[in-house]
Amino acid sequence: MMASSYNAKEEDGHHSGSSTHGGTGAPKNKKPDNTAFKQQRLPAWQPILTAGTVLPAFFVIGLIFIPIGIGLYVTSNNIKEYEVDYTGVEPNSPCYDCANSFTWNSTTPCVCTVNFTLTQPFESNVYMYYGLSNFYQNHRRYVKSRDDSQLNGVQSSLTNPSKECKPYLTNPETKLPIAPCGAIANSLFNDTLELYYSQPDGNTSKVTLVKRGIAWYTDKNVKFRNPGNDKDNLTERFKGTAKPVNWLKPVYELDPSDPENNGFINEDFIVWMRTAALPTFRKLYRIIQKKPDSTPTLASGKYVLKITYNYPVRSFDGRKRMILSTISWMGGKNPFLGIAYITVGSICFFLGVVLLIIHQKYDTRSNSADIPN
Amino acid sequence: LVCSLTFIYLFSVFFLLQCAGEENCVDTRTVYIGHKEPPPGAEAFIQQRFPDNRIVSSKYTFWNFIPKNMFEQFRRVANFYFLIIFLVQLIIDTPTSPVTSGLPLFFVIIVTAIKQGYEDWLRHKADKAVNQCLVQVVQHGKVSRKHSRKLTVGDVVYVKEDESFPCDLILLSSSRDDGTCYVTTASLDGESSHKTYHAVQETKAYKTEEEVNCIHATIDCEQPQPDLYKFRGNINIYMGNEPVSRSLASQNLLLRGATLKNTEYIYGVAIYTGMETKMALNYQSKSQKRSAVEKSMNAYLVVYLCILISKAVINTALKYVWQADPNRDEPWYNGKTESERQRHLIRAFTDFLAFMVLFNYIIPVSMYVTVEMQKFLGSYFIMWDDEMFDEELGERAVVNTSDLNEELGQVEYVFTDKTGTLTENNMEFIECCVDGNVYVPDIICNGQVMPGAAGIDMIDTSPGPEAREREELFFRALCLCHTVQVKEEETVDGIKHGIHQGKSSSFYISSSPDEVALVEGMKRLGFTYLRLKDGQMEILNREDEIERFELLEVLTFDSVRRRMSVIVRSSTGELYLFCKGADSSIFPRVVSGKMEQIKARVERNAVEGLRTLCVAYRRLSPEQYEQVCHLLTRAKLEFQDQDKLVAEAYDLIERDLILLGATAVEDRLQEKAADTIESLHKAGMKVWVLTGDKMETAAATCYASKLFRRSTQILELTTKRTEEQSLHDVLFELSRTVLRHYGSMSRDASSGLSSEYIDYGLIIDGATLSAVMRPSQEDSNSGNYKEIFLEICRNCSAVLCCRMAPLQKAQIVKMIKSSKEHPITLAIGDGANDVSMILEAHVGIGIMGKEGRQAVRNSDYAIPKFKHLKKMLLVHGHYYYIRISELVQYFFYKNVCFIFPQFLYQFFCGFSQQPLYDTAYLTLYNISFTSLPILLYSLMEQHINMDILKKEPTLYRDIAKNSLLTWPIFIYWTVLGVYDAIVMFFGAYFLFDNTTFTSNGQMFGNWTFGTLVFTVLVFTVTFKLALDTHYWTWINHFVIWGSLVFFVVFSLLWGGIIWPFLNYQRMYYVFMQMLSSGPAWLSIILLITASLLPDVVKKVFWRALWPTTTERIQVRTTHTQTSPTVSHIYSLEVPVVQVTPV
Repeated sequence: MMASSYNAKEEDGHHSGSSTHGGTGAPKNKKPDNTAFKQQRLPAWQPILTAGTVLPAFFVIGLIFIPIGIGLYVTSNNIKEYEVDYTGVEPNSPCYDCANSFTWNSTTPCVCTVNFTLTQPFESNVYMYYGLSNFYQNHRRYVKSRDDSQLNGVQSSLTNPSKECKPYLTNPETKLPIAPCGAIANSLFNDTLELYYSQPDGNTSKVTLVKRGIAWYTDKNVKFRNPGNDKDNLTERFKGTAKPVNWLKPVYELDPSDPENNGFINEDFIVWMRTAALPTFRKLYRIIQKKPDSTPTLASGKYVLKITYNYPVRSFDGRKRMILSTISWMGGKNPFLGIAYITVGSICFFLGVVLLIIHQKYDTRSNSADIPN
Repeated sequence: LVCSLTFIYLFSVFFLLQCAGEENCVDTRTVYIGHKEPPPGAEAFIQQRFPDNRIVSSKYTFWNFIPKNMFEQFRRVANFYFLIIFLVQLIIDTPTSPVTSGLPLFFVIIVTAIKQGYEDWLRHKADKAVNQCLVQVVQHGKVSRKHSRKLTVGDVVYVKEDESFPCDLILLSSSRDDGTCYVTTASLDGESSHKTYHAVQETKAYKTEEEVNCIHATIDCEQPQPDLYKFRGNINIYMGNEPVSRSLASQNLLLRGATLKNTEYIYGVAIYTGMETKMALNYQSKSQKRSAVEKSMNAYLVVYLCILISKAVINTALKYVWQADPNRDEPWYNGKTESERQRHLIRAFTDFLAFMVLFNYIIPVSMYVTVEMQKFLGSYFIMWDDEMFDEELGERAVVNTSDLNEELGQVEYVFTDKTGTLTENNMEFIECCVDGNVYVPDIICNGQVMPGAAGIDMIDTSPGPEAREREELFFRALCLCHTVQVKEEETVDGIKHGIHQGKSSSFYISSSPDEVALVEGMKRLGFTYLRLKDGQMEILNREDEIERFELLEVLTFDSVRRRMSVIVRSSTGELYLFCKGADSSIFPRVVSGKMEQIKARVERNAVEGLRTLCVAYRRLSPEQYEQVCHLLTRAKLEFQDQDKLVAEAYDLIERDLILLGATAVEDRLQEKAADTIESLHKAGMKVWVLTGDKMETAAATCYASKLFRRSTQILELTTKRTEEQSLHDVLFELSRTVLRHYGSMSRDASSGLSSEYIDYGLIIDGATLSAVMRPSQEDSNSGNYKEIFLEICRNCSAVLCCRMAPLQKAQIVKMIKSSKEHPITLAIGDGANDVSMILEAHVGIGIMGKEGRQAVRNSDYAIPKFKHLKKMLLVHGHYYYIRISELVQYFFYKNVCFIFPQFLYQFFCGFSQQPLYDTAYLTLYNISFTSLPILLYSLMEQHINMDILKKEPTLYRDIAKNSLLTWPIFIYWTVLGVYDAIVMFFGAYFLFDNTTFTSNGQMFGNWTFGTLVFTVLVFTVTFKLALDTHYWTWINHFVIWGSLVFFVVFSLLWGGIIWPFLNYQRMYYVFMQMLSSGPAWLSIILLITASLLPDVVKKVFWRALWPTTTERIQVRTTHTQTSPTVSHIYSLEVPVVQVTPV
C-alpha cells in the first residue's frame, strides 16, 4: 500500500524502508568487493554434452552392461525353482476338500497332501517359500495396523496397544488387549508345510526343514523382543493379554520347542510382519540345508508335500503356493535384471553407433560452417 | 476456512464504511485562518471536519497484525492451497502426517510474517518520527511548538529556512519584502530547481507572529486532489467592512515535502493535512509487477493442479470400482472398524481428499520458497557487480525489486529517455548566432572553464553600429530571459552548478540545465548575470558596469508553448519583452529579423545534435504594457479556466517579435551509449527513444548513438507531413512501404538472400501520436490507425518519438504493452518525467542522473549509467532467465518423478492410499535431499561465459519470447518426469516380482520397495541436474555430491536406530539390508542409467542436428578453451559470429 517514501526528509533518495535490500545502510564506499564469487567468476569446470564427449561413454556403458546382463541372465537361468499350487480351487486338486470345508472354529486340522516330481536335483541350500496371491498386505489399513513398540517388548504397549491396531485392538469378549495386536499379526499365515521324499525304493523320508535364519537378523534381535523379564515364563510375561482372534493358539505357544523362537521373536511371525510390497508375494518358510556330502540337497524324484490346511484364501480369490528354489548370489530366479541390462547396454551401444555417424556427418560440418575465417 | 471468511467479511465492511465516508464530501472546503470565525455578516459556511496531520504509511497495527497479515498471506493461491491440504490432513485420516505439509508451510508463513512485521515496524517508526517532529505554530500571537501530527486545518505555521513543510500550506507572508519564497520540490517531483512561490498581496505585510495573528480571513478551496500543479482557491480577507477576495493558485500553495530555501522564514496556513496532503494523495501504490516467468509458473501450476485432481478422481473412482466386491473391500484378514464402515458418501469424499493429500507433493511448497530465495539472493549479484559500479558517481546498481530479475532477459522493447539517459545532461554552450554572425566562446563545461579560455572567436566580424546594438541586445536578452537563480553558497541541496572562478563562489541554479549553460555562456561572452534583487536583475556588462533591469513579468516556460518570456524595464525606462524558445515556436511569431540565416544555422546545428533555442524581442510601449498587465491580471484572477486563459493571454502577448538570434548547446552522449544501443539492437530488442526534445536534435542524437544508421531508411510521421497530407494517407503510405519491403524480405529469406536487410527507423512527434491514439469518431476506418501504426512500428528497428509529454511516454509504453504480441517492455530514464513510463513498463530502470532521485526511487532497478544496461540485460538478464526457467521446470520435473510412482503404486495396493515412501522421505525430499543443488544451480549457472554473452548480443535472441518456458518444453519435462517415474517404479516392480534378490533367501517388504524407488529417484534427479549444469564451481560440486552423501548418511542413520519418539519402526535397517544385496545395487545403477538415457540422447541429438546459437558457441568455446584462463583471451580473439536465421 503505502511505502515509507512519505518521509519528507528523504530528499537524497536513500530509501529507509522496505523497498530495497542491500542498498540500505551501505557504507559510504559503495564499490563492490572484487571477489571471484561476487563477480561470478569462480573458476569452474564447464563440461558440455556433445556427440563427441558422450560417444565414448555410450560405448563404455554398452560394453559393460551387456556382459553384466548376460552374466545375470545365465545365473538366473541356472537357478532351479519348483512351484506347487495347493489352494484347492479345482475339484480334482488334493486340497479341494480342505479348502471347501474350512470353518474358523474347527478344532481338527484338515490335512492334505500334494505329490510332485522334481526332474532335476537341487544343489546347495534350497529355500522353501510359501506364496500368496491377491493378498493385499500392502493395503494402507493393513500396513499401519500394528504396534511396533508392543512388538519391541515395551510393557506399556503390551497392555495398552496403539489405536492403529483397531479393530484388532482388544478381544471383543474379554476386552483384554490383544498381543500381538493389529490386522497383520491377526492374519498370520498358519498353514504347516512338511516335505517328504519318496525314495525310489518306495520308502518316504522326511526332509529336514530348518526354521531358523528366515528372518532378518536385526528384526530377530533388535526390532522384535518379548516383553518382560527373560527369566520369567513366557506365558507369565504375556499375562493379561488375549491372543489374536483368528489365532488357534496364543503367541507364547508359537514354537514351544524353542524358547529362542517363541513369542514375538518367532521367525515365522517376524517374516509375516514384514509386509510385502505387492499383492502377489512369497515369504521364506524354511531352509533345506545342503548335505555335507556331495549328494544334492534335493535329489530328483518324487516328493510329497503335506499341508495342514488352516489358512483360508478362497474368500478373496487368493492362491497359495509352495515354492522350492535354489539361490545364487543375485537371489532367486528373476530374468528381468539380466534382460534389462542387456537391453539398456544394447541401446547404448546402438546409440553410440548412431552418434558416431552423426558426429562424423554433422558436428564437424556445423562447426566449420559458422566460423567464417 | 471460517477464519478467512470472517476476515473477508470484516474487511469488506471496513471498505464499505470508508467509501460511504467519501461520498459525503463536498466540493470545496472552507478554512478559517487561525480558527477565527468570519464576521457575522459573512456567508455562512458549513464547518467540515478535517483529519489531523497524522501520516500513516504502515499497513498494520499491533492488534490487527496477525489476522490481517495472515489474510494477506493466505490470499495467495499457493499458500491457500497448502493451508487447505494441511487442514484436510488435520481433519481426516490421511496417509501422511500433517507435519509433512504443515511444517514447511508454517515455516514459510512465519518467516514472511516476521519479515513483513519488521518492515511495518520500520514504517511505524518512520511515521512516528514524522508525526512526532515539532513544528512551530502561531497561537494567540505567539509561536509555540506542536507535534506535527497535531496540526489541524487552519493552523498558522511558521517554517524556517531549510525546513520542510509539515502539511500543505497557503503562503501568507515571508521574510522577503515581496512576499515570495523559494522552495525546492526535489522530493516530490524530482525537480531540483528553486521555485518561487508568492504570498497574496494583502497578507504579505504581516511579518511577525503578532501581526499574523491579526489576519482575519477565510480560504475557500477545492477538496484535496492529487495533481501537484493544480490548485484553485479563494481567500477572503476581512480588513474593514468589505472583505477583499483574492484568487489563489498553485503558486500560493506550499506542498508538504517541499523544502524552504533561500528564505529566512515564512508563515502559512494549513489547508490540507495528513493523508489529504498532495504528497500523500500522490503516493502511487506501485502496482505489483509480475514477470512472465511467474505467469508461466502459475499456468503450469494450474496444469499440475488439474493433473493432481484428475489423479485423485481416477484413483477414487477406481477404488470404488475395485472394492465393489466386499471380499476385496473388507477381506477377513483386514477388517474395518465400525466408524470406517459407516458414512458411505462422505467416505468417498474423504477418500478423494486423502488421495489429494497423498499426491499433493506434486505442487511443492518448497518451490515457492526456492524461487523467492533465488530471486532475493540472485539480485545481490547485480548489486555486487563491479562493472556496474560507477567511479564518478560512486554508485552501484540498486535492486528495488528482485521479482523481475528474469524479466531482464526477456526484454523486447526498450524505451529510453534521451536527455540524461542517452546523453549526459551536461550542457555545454557551443555557439550563438546573432543575425548570422556566429560567436563561439572557448570551451566551457558546466561550471568548469578550461584554462586559457578567454576572448571571443568571431567568425564574421563586421558589426556595424546597428549590428553591435543588436548583438548586445541579444546578450542582454539571454542574461535576462531565464529563471536561473544565483546561489551564493558552496553547498546546495540537489544539484550543484559551481562557477569556481577565483573568489566568486556563486552558482547558477535552474530547473533547466540549458539555461544555466546559456547564462554561463553569456558570462564567457562578457555579460554576467549577477542576481535578482528587489525585482531588479543585475547584469555586469563588458565594460564592468552594472546594468539594472526591473523584472516586471515572467511568462514561464511550459511544454505546450515551448518558450518563455520576460518583460523588463531598463534603467532608461524602456520596456522590453524578451522571448526565448524552440525555433518552431518562435519563428511563426517573428515579424522581422534575419530569419533565413538564423534558420539555416539552427537547422545545421540541430542536425549536429545540438540543442538550439531562438531568441527574439519586442519593444513595448507603456500602453502596450498596460494592456499586457491587464490581460495577465485578468487571466490570473480567473477561478475556473485559469490555465486556459493564461495560455491565451501569453499567446496574445508573445507576438510580433523581432528575431535576434539563436543559441546552440550541446548535450554530449553518454559514454558507450552507441555501443550499448548497437548491442541491444543485435540482441533483437527494439529501441525507442522518447524525448521531449525537438525532432532535429533528437534525430541527431539518434544518429550519434547509432540508433539510426546510415543505411536506415527514415520514415517520418510528423506534424509537418500530416499538414501536407491527411494522417490517414500518411499512415497508409508508410505501412505500404514497410509491408512491401517486409514481403520482399520474407521472399528473400526463403531464397536465402536475407542477409541484405534494410531496416527502417520511424520518427513521430507528440502531436501526431496523440492524433493516432485518439479514439475514432467519424468513421470506423480511422479506428484502426492505432493498428496500422503498431504495424509500422513492429517493422521498424528503431523509433524516435520526439516532443513527448511525460504522460504520452507512458501511453506509448502502454500501447506497445497491450498490442497483440504482448511484448515485454523496459523503460529507462532519469528524470521525474520518466517516472510514469518507468512505472508502466514491465521493467523500469532508473538512471542515477542529475534530475533528482525520483526515477531511481520508482524504478525496479537503478543503474549509474546507460552503458550498464548492456550488462544488466545481456548478462544478468540472460543468466537469470536461464536459471529461473531451469529452476521452475526442474521443480515440476522432480516432483513428477517423486509422485508418479506413488500414483502407480495405488494400482497395486488396492487404491488404499498407501504411501510408497516413508514419511521422513516424503517430508525431506523437497526440503533437503534435492533442494540445495537446484538452488545453487539457479544462483551459479553460467551456460556461457559472461564475456561471450556481452560480446555476442545475438545470443539474447535464443531466449526471447520466454522460449525456455513454452508449452512444448514444459511437456517435454513432464513427459521425462513421467518416463523416469515409470522406469523407477516398474524397474523396482519387476525386481520384486514374486522373487527374492538376497543371497540368503530372505524377503524384502514394501518399505524396501519404496526405499529402492526413492534411492533411484534421488540419484536420478540429482544427476539430471548435474547433466544440465554447465558451470561446475567447487560450490556446485560440494552441493550436488554433498546432498547425495547426505541422503545416504541420513538413510543409514534413520534406519540405524530404533527411534524412541516414533510409534513405528518401519524403516529399521531397511536401507542397510537393501544395500547388502548385490542385485539392488545393480538395479539402482541400471535404473538411473535408463532414466537419464533419453534426456542425454535428446540433448546430444538436438545439439548435433539442430544446434542453437548458444550451443554452437558453447561448443566452440570448449574447442578454443584449453584452460579456464583462456576465456578472457578468447573474448578478444574470436571473430563476430554471423547468425543465419533458421
